[in-house]
Amino acid sequence: MKLNRLGSAAAVLSVAAIALTACGSDSPTATSSESTSSSAASGVTGTLTGIGASSQTSAMEAWITGFKAANSGANVQYSPDGSGAGREAFLAGGAQFAGSDASLKPEEATKAKEVCGPDGAFNIPAYVSPIAIAFNLDGVDEINMDADTIAKVFKKEITKWNDDAIAKQNPDADLPDTAITVVHRNDESGTTENFVEYLKAAAADVWTYDVSGDWPSDIQSENAKGTSGVVSTTTSTNGAITYADFSAVGNLSTVNVKVGDDYTKISAEAAAKALDTATPVEGAAENDLALELQRDTTEAGTYPIVLVSYHIYCSTYKDQATVDLVKAFGNYVVSDEGQKTAQESAGNAPISTSIAEKATKAIDSITVAQ
Amino acid sequence: MTTNALTSKSSTSGRAGDKIFSGAALAAGVLILVTLFAVAVFLLIQALPTFFADPAKVSGGQGFFAYIWPIVIGTIIAAAIALLVATPIGIGVALFISHFAPRKVAGPLGYLIDLLAAIPSVIYGAWGYMVLAPALVPGYEWLAQYLGFIPIFEGPASQTGKTMLTAGIVLAVMVLPIITSLSREIFLQTPKLHEEAALALGATRWEMITTAVIPFARPGIISAVMLGLGRALGETMAVALVLSTGNLIPSLIKTGNQTIAAEIALNFPEAFGLRLSELIAAGLVLFLITLLVNMIARGIIARHKEFSGAN
Repeated sequence: MKLNRLGSAAAVLSVAAIALTACGSDSPTATSSESTSSSAASGVTGTLTGIGASSQTSAMEAWITGFKAANSGANVQYSPDGSGAGREAFLAGGAQFAGSDASLKPEEATKAKEVCGPDGAFNIPAYVSPIAIAFNLDGVDEINMDADTIAKVFKKEITKWNDDAIAKQNPDADLPDTAITVVHRNDESGTTENFVEYLKAAAADVWTYDVSGDWPSDIQSENAKGTSGVVSTTTSTNGAITYADFSAVGNLSTVNVKVGDDYTKISAEAAAKALDTATPVEGAAENDLALELQRDTTEAGTYPIVLVSYHIYCSTYKDQATVDLVKAFGNYVVSDEGQKTAQESAGNAPISTSIAEKATKAIDSITVAQ
Repeated sequence: MTTNALTSKSSTSGRAGDKIFSGAALAAGVLILVTLFAVAVFLLIQALPTFFADPAKVSGGQGFFAYIWPIVIGTIIAAAIALLVATPIGIGVALFISHFAPRKVAGPLGYLIDLLAAIPSVIYGAWGYMVLAPALVPGYEWLAQYLGFIPIFEGPASQTGKTMLTAGIVLAVMVLPIITSLSREIFLQTPKLHEEAALALGATRWEMITTAVIPFARPGIISAVMLGLGRALGETMAVALVLSTGNLIPSLIKTGNQTIAAEIALNFPEAFGLRLSELIAAGLVLFLITLLVNMIARGIIARHKEFSGAN
């Protein structure tokens, strides 16, 4: 009897186990890599899989909707697991493209040759996000700061709004004797990484910390989760200052950043200009559009604190169908229409036409692996 | 022999039903253990690289132990504040419902308290950092000014109110329904004869509670508190939203401290490689702490089976 009971228990369990494993598949390749025949003359078919930055989620949803509307047989799956996870999965062959808040690192580019063929992978800018330095101070709508001042404020060396360093740059403003409350992100984020990269480049003497997606742990200050968290905390605290995606700052005032001799007010145009002054990353392949942003640029009208989000593609794919699919999607993203859709739904700034042209050229060079 | 007689009488379909039911029940029981075991194995395998990694590469650069202990302490501080606040209130509310409130009030009040348990933690978190935290700022400033000599109230107080104390208070609200409903059920099971005997001997209502109800319910209260502790230890989103995280510091009204669950929630989305393994190792530590707490709670309940109404 005992044996029988165990036997039936085992039977029920094994049925349950089969049912459970059927739902959970670890490998993203399982559903993705097969592409149907390329016989369809009009439009592309198949499923494209991407993994990457969670910050791209809303833009990606807009792109997928628009892309599917134009190509009824095609589908794109995007899994927002994070930039690093996306690049890792891409290099392991688990995804056909990666979405990332940073371009491939040199060692990753070398590794990409194993999956993508001798020409490796390349980075295509997908959009630009200006990062605003937003603050909440009663009676003050606009404030000018140079890089050193910003770095000192966020390092908590300047602790009052009427500090001489700020007052000197804002002779017209009526600055109160309020304490500055610095609010930073407590989750790892590309916004933090790009913001501190700017501080490190433009105010190297003051900002001596390593560049990373985590806020330097030596600076103990207020923090909150996610963009909405820092914005909400700053909005409810008089004297608070934070950095956040420009599209999300709401009613907060923003800091004008000193570039050259002038102070640049944040805008999508000024951010796109930062992309134009950027130079290709040293040693990058011909088609690679990974950009070295000139954070310390002196060109007037440029807003240097931006985040460039990339899509990373292989230079070759194993069959024609996949190549067609990748090309169609890649080109849609950088097209006017794609950029406009993303701007409307995600609020980021579009890439400039000159970059878009280069991107189209790079994407068109994708071929079938020999 | 009677069994034979019985089985021969019952129809074959009935016996099959019996077998399926007993098999299913056993399977359900085994499944829980298998799940627990599978989770433990998953955590262990995924966490292993952290323990063998170069200590310099682990977050903080001093190895896993140096990384984990401040957040273990932070987790315990948050849970301790929650229990210190919620236990007396929870027991008070439970006593009120079971022994003081008129029946008309007691029922609806019980439902309301249970309703607190149904609110998602992200709502508690949002309420905590949008409403509660700013409201507590003047209180924290007062504490820092007049009681600042005590290390836990050392100033300057946070200007946003997003502190360990706020997080603890939010957690207290979240564990309150657990403690209240379990205690209430136990208080209601106090033998009527004990209560009436106490009253007949001339005890006031309060004396009746301290002499008859509380001693009977003590193990039940302890297990209710332990279950609340489990919830407080594992709470993720509310703490992640409310707390301004930072290094381990004694002051509860300044920015700082971190809990394991919040650390995982905040860093998991962008983590990969060793960092992911570290976070899973942190999860393993939390798993062990929670397991320990629950085992202690179960142990207490089991030891007082004959009195407690909690099983």
